[in-house]
Amino acid sequence: MAEENGLSQVFEITGKDFGRAGTISTKIKEILQEIGIDSAVIRRAAIAAYEAEMNIVMYAQRGTLTLTLTPTAIRLDVDDEGPGIEDIELAMQEGFSTATDEMREMGFGAGMGLPNIRKNSDEFAISSTPGKGTSIDVVLNLNQVAE
Amino acid sequence: MTLRDVKEILQAQVVCGESRLDEEVKVAGASDLMSDVLAFGMPGLLLLTGLSNAQSVRTAIIIDAKAVVYVRGKMPDAAGAKLADEKGLPILSTKLMMYKSCGLLYSRGLPGISDFLAQGR
Ligand SMILES: Nc1ncnc2c1ncn2[C@@H]1O[C@H](COP(=O)(O)OP(=O)(O)OP(=O)(O)O)[C@@H](O)[C@H]1O
Ligand SMILES: [Mg+2]
Repeated sequence: MAEENGLSQVFEITGKDFGRAGTISTKIKEILQEIGIDSAVIRRAAIAAYEAEMNIVMYAQRGTLTLTLTPTAIRLDVDDEGPGIEDIELAMQEGFSTATDEMREMGFGAGMGLPNIRKNSDEFAISSTPGKGTSIDVVLNLNQVAE
Repeated sequence: MTLRDVKEILQAQVVCGESRLDEEVKVAGASDLMSDVLAFGMPGLLLLTGLSNAQSVRTAIIIDAKAVVYVRGKMPDAAGAKLADEKGLPILSTKLMMYKSCGLLYSRGLPGISDFLAQGR
């Protein structure tokens, strides 16, 4: 799917599918590595994608992660259908988590995901409609190479 | 120290990545919480963990970890082992518990993340 000034690829993520959780982000990392983007930027993008993917698996019914590459940036647009987030300010605080014991046993539920997505982004936006779903848009700038 | 030194110090079994044992490891961290690893981990990290599901391997790959050490005799699950093999991520498994594993490596001079970062300053 071509978008203006960039190439997009859409990945489907299934809620509660803990076995596959993380596979989309691993794939995104591979794609970025093949293109030859700076490894520090790839690492930040992969971390943001992984945390967003885990949140869909843990909390939502389903969602998509759209990876868009432009000459100057990597965009990650994450949209899910799920319970949404009532209080985004609270959810963004380090340590706030509603994860269940099952999720904690899997190594998640530290309440670090959303703050860490923001930390690894150059631009970060989150919006949510309770009862409908949540959207996160992340941009990572690519270092401009002098010509 | 090298991964081979880590293997010997922890009397560990090599689950995969035998060919990379001579590579150097400069920093280590330990956690069972993957989002802490994602937040505080760093490239080249030796990750010690008691969490042996596929998420531990995926997390290690996402943060560009050097290798994973499972403590308390844990082994990766099938999906994790397959991915580690594909990506060439070395995995060791030691029967020692977390505290002792970390203590042994630290006392032999393998720094934690904060020490490592402070050295660089
Ligand atoms: N996509 C989502 N849909 C609904 N609720 C969400 C979503 N993402 C996050 N939340 C809510 O925000 C809280 C904080 O999310 P965050 O990712 O920061 O931490 P966590 O997922 O609980 O733990 P961690 O990410 O450290 O494993 C979650 O516990 C959950 O209540
Ligand atoms: Mg999370």
